[in-house]
Amino acid sequence: MALPALDSPTWQNPVRAFAWGMWSVTSTVLTLVLFATYLGIGALAHDSHFSLGWALASTGLVWAGPAQIILISTLGSGATLLQAAVAVTLSAIRLLPMVVSVLPSVRSPGTKRRHLILVTHFIAVTLWVECVRLLPQVPRGHRITFTHGLGCGLMSVCLVATGLGYGLAARLPQLFAAAILLLTPLAFLLSTARNCRQLSDVLALVLGLALFPLVSMLHTGVDILISGVSAGTIAYAVHWWRDRQ
Amino acid sequence: MSEFVGDWHALLVLLLAGFLPNEVWRVMGLWLGAGIDEGSELLVWVRSVATAILAGVIAQILVQPPGALASVPDWLRYAAVFAGCAAFLATRRSTLAGVLCGELFMLTGKWWFG
Repeated sequence: MALPALDSPTWQNPVRAFAWGMWSVTSTVLTLVLFATYLGIGALAHDSHFSLGWALASTGLVWAGPAQIILISTLGSGATLLQAAVAVTLSAIRLLPMVVSVLPSVRSPGTKRRHLILVTHFIAVTLWVECVRLLPQVPRGHRITFTHGLGCGLMSVCLVATGLGYGLAARLPQLFAAAILLLTPLAFLLSTARNCRQLSDVLALVLGLALFPLVSMLHTGVDILISGVSAGTIAYAVHWWRDRQ
Repeated sequence: MSEFVGDWHALLVLLLAGFLPNEVWRVMGLWLGAGIDEGSELLVWVRSVATAILAGVIAQILVQPPGALASVPDWLRYAAVFAGCAAFLATRRSTLAGVLCGELFMLTGKWWFG
């Protein structure tokens, strides 16, 4: 699928700009991966005795796969509200740098913060990766509308998958479930590798992968944060040092 | 309808332990991000950290696999990811080819070794 040229008049129509965003979900393998991931989340919610309405609301409101899996499995295994909230918060901190890095490429000089509230809610790993890839092909004035379309498209796919997974739960064989779970690391690893633009991106990816298993031996409870912040900072330091040369 | 929604207490827990802890960071990003220039050095650092945290989550799923994935032996999980990466590089960075190859490797391996 190719988007219209940057100077094409079709961008002037907000409905078309929204539709291009929504249609863009068909241009990435990550949509298939999200579909499969949310099949799994629907199934997990069913097996943990949550209602279908609850599962759908968690997809729409939480809108972050890892956070949903943590929430469902902690609550399902009898953790307190506070324990679940802390675990989810720790997994959600990664959303902050994503929002900070996506928003400057979405907004125009006249954009107010309130225009970005829905875009902000839609930001999660997949939308972040897709925005890096697609937004340069969208005229700046129409990026908010386009991103709304992209977010609505992705969320619709995930809501359908959550409902379907919930219904399929009783019949999901173990091998199929394992294959669904393996999709997540494979696809996120390769799509991130594909979007690496400079040395610091490649280093952050490789160091992040390598540091986590080491840091996790410390059992700090915040292993992801420690390994992520140190690997990212080392990658940035190398980038900074090379720029100075 | 009541079966669809379940009990209201569970929905309140969803808001407090699921929705709010996520949305807080998104809204904080909105407040901080509005003042940040796209090409700034801070943003390069922020993107590096976000990438490294995602890489950490990927490593976590592979090293400490959840649920059904734990039924796949360690060596087969790692080999499947290497096979996926090899296919990705061999096809000039096709994500789809890499994902399919990794999945097929895991399914074949599991079927072969039981």
